Amino acid sequence: MTIKLMQGNEACVEGALKAGMTFFAGYPITPSTEIAELSAQKLPEIGGKFIQMEDEIAGISATIGAALTGKKAMTATSGPGFSLKQEGIGYGIITETPCVIVNVQRGGPSTGLPTSPSQGDIMQARWGTHGDHSIIALYPWSVKEIYTETIRAFNLAEKYRTPVILLMDEVIGHMREKIEIKNEVIEICDRKDPTSPPSDYEPFEIKKGEEVPEMVGFGKGYNFHVTGLVHGSTGFPSGNSEIAEEFLNRLIDKIEDNKEDIVKSKEYQIEDADIALVAFGCTARSALSAVEDLREEGIKVGLFRPLTIWPLAEREIEELSKKVKRIVVVEMNMGQYFNEVDRIACKNTKVEKYGRLNGQLIKPEEIVNFIKEGQDA
Amino acid sequence: MSALEIRLTGAGGQGLILAGIILAEAALLDGMNVVQSQSYGPEARGGASKSEVIISKKDINYPKVDKCDIMLSLTQKGCNKYIDGLKSDGILVIDSSMDFDLESKDIKIVKLPILSTASEKIGKIMVANIVALGSLYQLTKAVSKESLIKAVSDRVPRGTEELNRIALEEGFNLILEHKEKYQSES
Amino acid sequence: MPSKLVEKYFRTEHLPHIWCPGCGNGIVTRAIVKAIDNLDIDPNDCCIVSGIGCSARASGYLDFNTMHTTHGRALAFATGIKLANPDLHVIVITGDGDSSAIGGNHLIHAARRNIDITTIVYNNNTYGMTGGQYSPTTPTGDKGTTAPYGNIDLNFDLCKLTKAAGATYVSRSTIYSPNMITNQVEEGMKNKGFSFIEALTICPTYYGRKNKKGGALEMMEFLKENTINVAAYDKLPEEKRQGKYIVGEIHKSSRPEYTEEYQKIIDSFSKEG
Repeated sequence: MTIKLMQGNEACVEGALKAGMTFFAGYPITPSTEIAELSAQKLPEIGGKFIQMEDEIAGISATIGAALTGKKAMTATSGPGFSLKQEGIGYGIITETPCVIVNVQRGGPSTGLPTSPSQGDIMQARWGTHGDHSIIALYPWSVKEIYTETIRAFNLAEKYRTPVILLMDEVIGHMREKIEIKNEVIEICDRKDPTSPPSDYEPFEIKKGEEVPEMVGFGKGYNFHVTGLVHGSTGFPSGNSEIAEEFLNRLIDKIEDNKEDIVKSKEYQIEDADIALVAFGCTARSALSAVEDLREEGIKVGLFRPLTIWPLAEREIEELSKKVKRIVVVEMNMGQYFNEVDRIACKNTKVEKYGRLNGQLIKPEEIVNFIKEGQDA
Repeated sequence: MSALEIRLTGAGGQGLILAGIILAEAALLDGMNVVQSQSYGPEARGGASKSEVIISKKDINYPKVDKCDIMLSLTQKGCNKYIDGLKSDGILVIDSSMDFDLESKDIKIVKLPILSTASEKIGKIMVANIVALGSLYQLTKAVSKESLIKAVSDRVPRGTEELNRIALEEGFNLILEHKEKYQSES
Repeated sequence: MPSKLVEKYFRTEHLPHIWCPGCGNGIVTRAIVKAIDNLDIDPNDCCIVSGIGCSARASGYLDFNTMHTTHGRALAFATGIKLANPDLHVIVITGDGDSSAIGGNHLIHAARRNIDITTIVYNNNTYGMTGGQYSPTTPTGDKGTTAPYGNIDLNFDLCKLTKAAGATYVSRSTIYSPNMITNQVEEGMKNKGFSFIEALTICPTYYGRKNKKGGALEMMEFLKENTINVAAYDKLPEEKRQGKYIVGEIHKSSRPEYTEEYQKIIDSFSKEG
C-alpha cells in the first residue's frame, strides 16, 4: 500500500493509467491543465501517446480516432472547452466509441471565473451535444475518489461502448490530500474481441441478449465503416425510419436499462434523518460538515451523494423522498440538479434548493443556517 | 483542537505553495489527515498567492480554510489581502521588512527576518520559504521535526538538500532567538 | 459490370454513389484507388478518413478501414489514428470548404507537424452538399447562393497555404488528367510526412450553373485550357500567368515526421529501463 499526498488532477491521470489509458489528446485550459501535463510526462514512459492538439475540438476528435484503433483514450478540459467538445461527444455517442472526457468545471458563462469553482455544467454534461441521447457522467468528491472514479469511467466506457464524462470540481482537482493506493486487484474492463470472422463481422451488430456491439480496432483485418450518420448494423448510413428508431433507442436503452450497474450513490446518516441534503463533489463535503454540525445541535440531518450524476439516480431519490420530511439540494449553480430531484421527489416530500454563483465553495455554516431558517418557518 | 488550519501568503514565485505541500507531506508522515490547497491570481510571478494546509486527526470534509489559526505573510500585499481570514486569537508571522499596524486586532504578531536570513545569511533568497517553514515548526510544532526534515529533503530539487537543511535550521533559530521577545509580547 | 479496380477496392453493394451526373468526384476517387493499387498496399493496412460534404461520402464507398467524421475534423481524427497506430497508411479525403474553412486550423497544424497523412482535397470551388454557397476557394467575383452579387473574398491558394505551413509534399492536378492525380497520390503516400494533393474537380450542378460555366464537358475543357505545368509556368512572362492554375509537383522537402519523432521519446525510456 502506498500513502501519498496527491493533487486531484494527478489522481485522475494515475487512475486513467491504472485503467489502461495509452492515449491522450487535449488542449491547455485552467483548471484542468495538470491532467494534460502529467499525461504528457507519463504516457511515453509506458509506450503510450500524448498530443497537444490545435484546439479543443481537435482534442476530442483525435481521442476518438485513437480509440477506434483499439486504444483506451482520454481528453480533459474545463467549462468553455467542454462546450467546444460537444460536437465530438455526439460523434462518440453515435459511433459508440469508448473514451473518457474530463471536465474540471469552472465558472461561466464564457470565460467566466477561470480559477474559481463552479458546478454549472451539470446540464451541459447531460444535454450539451445536440439530439436526443443518453450519457454517463460521474462525479467524485475526493482525491482518492477521483482515482477510483476515473477507473470506473474507463470501465463503463468500454463496457457500454460510449463516451463517459468525468465531472470534477476545481476545488478537488487542485487540492492535495491523502490517497492510499492499495495493491488490491482492481477490476479493469477491456474491449471484447469480435466473435465473428472478418467476412461476417458487422461493427454494430447486436448479438442475442446483448445491447452493446462487439468492437474491433482499425487495422486488425476487419475493414468496416464508421459514420456520424444514423446507421444500421453494418455501419453504413440508413435513412430508413425503422432502422433509425431502433438504433437511436438502443443507444439510449443500453445506458438507461443498465442503471443498476451504472448508478452509484452514497448515504450518510440517512437512517434516522428528518432532513436529507443532496449534494455532489466538493459541495457534498461542505454538506457533510453541515450534517455533523447540525447533528450536534440535535437536528437529524443526513446526506445523499450521487457519484453517478447521469443517468439520474431516480430509484434512490424516490426512496429517499419517502424517508425524509425535507430534501435540500445544495449545488454551486441555481438549481440544475435540484430540478431533477424535485421532479422525482416532490410528490412525497418538500424539496428546496440552496445554490450560489459567487465562485466560492459553499460553506458548511451557510447550509446550517439555511436548514435552521427553514425549520423555524 | 480538532484541526489546525495554516495559511501561507506572499507573492507568486516565493515558493509558498511548495512550502504548503511540504508542510502537508510532513503531516502525512506523522499519520495525520491533511488537505493542501492554493489560490493564485493570473500572474505567474508577483501578485498575491495563498497556500493553505489543514491538519487533522479526524477526516477533513470541508476542504477550505475560512478562518486560520496561523498565518504567515512574506509580502505586505499578501498580508493585507488575507489578514481578515485569521482567527481573532490567531498567530501572524510576518517578515521584519514589513510594516504592520494592526493594534486593534486581537492577534499575536511574530516579526522575523525571514527574507534577510535567506538572502544575506544563507545567500539565496529562494530558500526563504524553507526558512519560514523552519520558523513555523519551531513556533507551532504543527508537525514533527523528523517528518518536516524528511519532507523538505524529499521535495526540494536534487542537489539543494544541504542548502535547504541549513535554511530549515536557520528558521528554527529565528524562533529560538526571538522566543524571549515573543513571550513578552504575548 | 464494374471494372476490376472498382470490384477490388469499392464496396460495390453501396453503389451507385450519391454524386450528380457530371460531378468529378468519382474520377478523383478512382485515381486514389489506382494509386493504392499501384503501390500494392493492403486495404487492411490503410485507413481512409473523410469529413463532411460531397467528397466526404467517398469513404463509405471504399473497402478499407473507413471513417466519415464531422465537418472539418477529418484531419484531427486522422491525427489520432495515425499517432495511435503509425503502422496504418492514413489517407484523408476532404473538400475545399471542409479542409480550408471549418477545418482550416486542423489543416495548417497537420502540415506543421508533418504527420504522415496523405490529404487529397476535392476542390470544386463550392459547398455542393448544402446547395452551392461560396467557399474559401471560390474565385473572387464568382457567384454562390450566399454570394448573389459576386464573391468579394480573396480565394485561398491551398498549395501555397500548406507549403507555408510545413507540408513536405504539395501538388495540384485536375480531373482532366486522372493519371496525374494517381501519380501525385502515389508520391504523397511514399513521402514520409504530411502530403497535400489538391485535385481540381467540377460541380456543374451548382458552381457551374450559378456561374454560367456550362455543363461538365465545358468545365472539363476549362480545366484543360486554364492549367499549366509548374515548369512551363515558371518560364511564362507575368502577363500570361494571369488566371492560370499551376499543376504538378509544387513543393517537396524533407524534415522529421511527427510519429517517428514521438517514437524516439518512447524509445528513450525503454533504453533507460
